[in-house]
Amino acid sequence: MPIIMIFYYLITAYLVVLLAWNFVREKKKTEDMALYLLVLIPLVLRILRLK
Amino acid sequence: MKRPGLVKAVLIVLFFIFLIQGGLRLYRHRHFDVPVVTGPGVTRVAHLSDFGPGLKGTMADTLVYFLDGTEPGGKAILMSNTHANEPEGLLAALLMLENAVVEKGSLIIIPQFNHSAGRNTRPGDGYPLYFEIPTDWGRKTFRMGNRDASPLDQWPDPDVYIHYPDRQLLSYIDARNVNRTWPGRPGGPLMEKVTFAAMEIMRREKVDVAVDIHGAETMFPVTNCIVAPEKSNRIATMASLTVKAKEGFDSHVEPSPAGFRGLSHREIGDFSDTLPFLLEAPIPFLDQPTGPKTVKFLLDGKDPFLLSLAQKKKLFVPYDASGWPLEKRVGQHCSVILEILRQYSKKNPDRSILVRDIPRYAEIVQNGVGHYFHDPSRAERDRVYPN
Repeated sequence: MPIIMIFYYLITAYLVVLLAWNFVREKKKTEDMALYLLVLIPLVLRILRLK
Repeated sequence: MKRPGLVKAVLIVLFFIFLIQGGLRLYRHRHFDVPVVTGPGVTRVAHLSDFGPGLKGTMADTLVYFLDGTEPGGKAILMSNTHANEPEGLLAALLMLENAVVEKGSLIIIPQFNHSAGRNTRPGDGYPLYFEIPTDWGRKTFRMGNRDASPLDQWPDPDVYIHYPDRQLLSYIDARNVNRTWPGRPGGPLMEKVTFAAMEIMRREKVDVAVDIHGAETMFPVTNCIVAPEKSNRIATMASLTVKAKEGFDSHVEPSPAGFRGLSHREIGDFSDTLPFLLEAPIPFLDQPTGPKTVKFLLDGKDPFLLSLAQKKKLFVPYDASGWPLEKRVGQHCSVILEILRQYSKKNPDRSILVRDIPRYAEIVQNGVGHYFHDPSRAERDRVYPN
């Protein structure tokens, strides 16, 4: 795997952590919770090398 | 919010349902193998990585089938699934692989040229993941791929793809399109390594003729044609005229533009002694203003919106209620390839390539494409290759 691709996977993992943390911290808005998880789906699929 | 914990638990369950349900289908598609029954003409099977460094162990590595004749002669290479959402090319190549016998010269077939694209799915357009065609022994299933290689195999895309070696600026997405990365280089991005390896086959094996098999939209002007550069033009013209006169279908000749770089019909000719040809058959499924992208539409090419556009003379091919079925597209490819080989052999008798047992247009239209595929469960195991 080229080094640039490894960096992009690291960036993706960082975004996953940020979104997951925002989801955990959110206590009031159901819409925001759902949106955090929706945005997570393609990022998790990429980290799992499914899409 | 009264019970945020409960809401979060429900959302997390939904998240995993979507993730697993979608992810499993994508995983199965990427790892689904189509069994290819090699015919009596196949004499050896190699990998593309045998000719190009950096491909071994990657999803871009693919099988290369050699069909060597008993008599020495010329050599031709056929590549399909350059764009893996144009299945008539793949089916024409597999049909030849399973049936052709070479009497003189050699045929080299790479049916899954962009192997990564063949295992990629197209987001957004509602494309099917698979399609099936009827055969004499049941239904044979194929993956429906995408035009470009999967980002899982080559990522990230650049802002602009700078073609090597001409440095022409191309669309960013073309970095994953193997019909923009010719002639390639050994140390470039993965798709440039693919085209470099194919160039190496042509240079090392002294290949005379290269045919890149495609499909194109009915609303795209470069469709239903043979694209040829100056050096291939004479043979392409003779092949076009002959299939029109003898077999009754059109496949006109389009000149390969010298200023548009990266395409097989341009770079193969410029960077080797091989004569390149690119074949386009009309595939209505790829047009934009159509109904749903169903498997039925992919196979029969029938669409009421295209019919309406045809009546307004907006299409570049004749189109009526019979659509543009797969049999016609595959049949055209087989006949045009046979005619190119015949015309080349006539002009170069010492390098002629004689092939038999490949059906022509009328036979394929009459019998269907599936008729020519063999049952992998009844074939000898060492002749079946997952591809």
